Amino acid sequence: MPWLSYRKALNRALVDELARDPAVFVLGEDVRVAVSNVTAGLLKRFGPDRVLDTPLSEQAFTSFATGAALRGRRPVIEFQIPALLYLAFEQIVNQAHKFSLMTGGQTRVPVTYLVPGSGSRTGWAGQHSDHPYALFAHAGVKTVVPATPEDAYGLLTTAIRDDDPVVVFAPAAALDVRVDLDHDGLAPVPLGVGRVHREGEDVTVVAVGHLVHDAVAVAEELAGDVSVEVFDPRTVYPFDWDGLAASLAKTGRLVVVDDSNRMCGIAAEVLATAAEGCDLVVPPVRVTRPDGAVVPFARGLDLAVQPDRAQLTAAIRKVLKQ
Amino acid sequence: MALLTAVAAHAPDSDVGLYRTVRLIRRFEERAVELVRSGDIIGGIHPYTGQEAVAAGVCAALRVDDMITSTHRGHGHVLAKGADPARTLAELAGRATGLNRGRGGSMHAADFGSGILGANAIVGANGAITAGAAWAARQDGGDQVAVSFFGDGAVNQGVLLEAMNLAALWRLPTLFVCENNGYATTLTVTDAVAGTITGRGEAFGMPSVTVDGMDPRAVLDAAREAVDRARAGGGPSLVECLTYRFDAHHTWEHKARVRYRDDDEVRSGRERDPVEIQGARLTCDERTSVDADVEAVVDAAVAFALDSPHPDPVGALDHLYATGMRARPGGGG
Repeated sequence: MPWLSYRKALNRALVDELARDPAVFVLGEDVRVAVSNVTAGLLKRFGPDRVLDTPLSEQAFTSFATGAALRGRRPVIEFQIPALLYLAFEQIVNQAHKFSLMTGGQTRVPVTYLVPGSGSRTGWAGQHSDHPYALFAHAGVKTVVPATPEDAYGLLTTAIRDDDPVVVFAPAAALDVRVDLDHDGLAPVPLGVGRVHREGEDVTVVAVGHLVHDAVAVAEELAGDVSVEVFDPRTVYPFDWDGLAASLAKTGRLVVVDDSNRMCGIAAEVLATAAEGCDLVVPPVRVTRPDGAVVPFARGLDLAVQPDRAQLTAAIRKVLKQ
Repeated sequence: MALLTAVAAHAPDSDVGLYRTVRLIRRFEERAVELVRSGDIIGGIHPYTGQEAVAAGVCAALRVDDMITSTHRGHGHVLAKGADPARTLAELAGRATGLNRGRGGSMHAADFGSGILGANAIVGANGAITAGAAWAARQDGGDQVAVSFFGDGAVNQGVLLEAMNLAALWRLPTLFVCENNGYATTLTVTDAVAGTITGRGEAFGMPSVTVDGMDPRAVLDAAREAVDRARAGGGPSLVECLTYRFDAHHTWEHKARVRYRDDDEVRSGRERDPVEIQGARLTCDERTSVDADVEAVVDAAVAFALDSPHPDPVGALDHLYATGMRARPGGGG
């Protein structure tokens, strides 16, 4: 069977949706030459009316997409780096997200914000390395963080077809993940439905994005000693709370590994919800970036603020000791 | 009834039609301010009195299927573009029958059926939305034009300048209408704007003119030229309308007693009243009949708004997601 990389899966989803629905178009910086490779081949196949290179005007082209959506289009914006979302936060959270309610349901804003290379950990320093999915989940914008190529394809497809704004964070550390699968089996993945990557009995590890692969690796290392269940929510908002509850009903122990800042991060929400509504036998533990982290440049410093496998292993050991 | 029909038969761009629009906006705003004082409109409004000529003149140059986006001072644009005054006032009063089902209020009034893509409470935010809507309309093969209204304060917002660049670069059928009323809340335009407002448009290669924003016919003439150019594929224009806000920035000022304009200035500003300027172009009979018609419309709007039910709090977050997704409640149950 052929290999499919995460990056190529995003590209395939764009190709398939552009071909399927004439309302879909792609816009962003350097999308025609496909600097990120995610938009490779789109210009040649769909032409300049469906693939728009924009000036470096993040705020304007983000709301431009909103205006096009108000006229029935389904824009997909590619952001070259996650920090650009801070520039366009007003346009996404305060404009696009609010239109449906503020107008009393007169309109919808089906824009997809695609962020390949989020949370870079390869020396991009303070202003290129954030992974700000928690901000959008907090604001109520549908937020997706796929871990695998098939989920990247399926969730981006669903995001484009969704009638609300959706932010799709494709983690930098997942872009080169490849799987061996039948391409004909690629299909949309619903928002808000998690995936158990590995069944286990002793502890539930909730992992987001590329950290799913770390969680599975740690689970494999511990196999025979500890039975770890790896639960990937796939979308952080809406979150699959039923899926989490079902896993915790089995294990009663919870560790969350989340590549966002500790304060008000997704891990905090998972812990709080589990504490409110699930039968935990011991206090849960989270592994995250530090509060308010600014990623330093030097390699060792960069890695020092990222959640890693050693921390996750220690966290699993901790909840099992009690 | 025959009288109302006779008035309604006049086209919006006729002298009678322009007068009817400025008069309707004026009386609507005056009655809305009364409803703020009586407590029927919660939170107050940004009155448009004095600036009516801009909305009336620009919208008279538009077709029903053209689009506008508006500002936090948006009732005038919404009425001039054709929204039902009764449902507009019901929206201001937060009623279930309002344009936005009581979810938008004064600053977000929208009526997609009339081409009103929403008033917007963030200064300068609507320009790029307008550009996107104009682009999509052109891609559909239509010749609709999209108008962005904004105030003098907005010309210092980066996103508006970015939007002008996109619109000019891609020759979008867009009209940028600046209502220069001299104040960004309380800051005078001379203390806020370096260079000129038309210079902002000229920098992007856009035809940019300044017109008398107190005269509906002058605004109409400039808007028509710009709209015709946009419709014919000639790209965007900027029209700066020199106008004057008769009332407060927000009705909150009535209580706060903020002072930033002296009485002489306000008095002399009010001397050039768009209602009087346009009214002078009508016969006495025409004016009387329009006034009576408008009065009946606004009376009916007030009655409709105050008689309308309040929205059911159970549905407070209805329409949050177009897909119907329900958010988790916050109430700790």
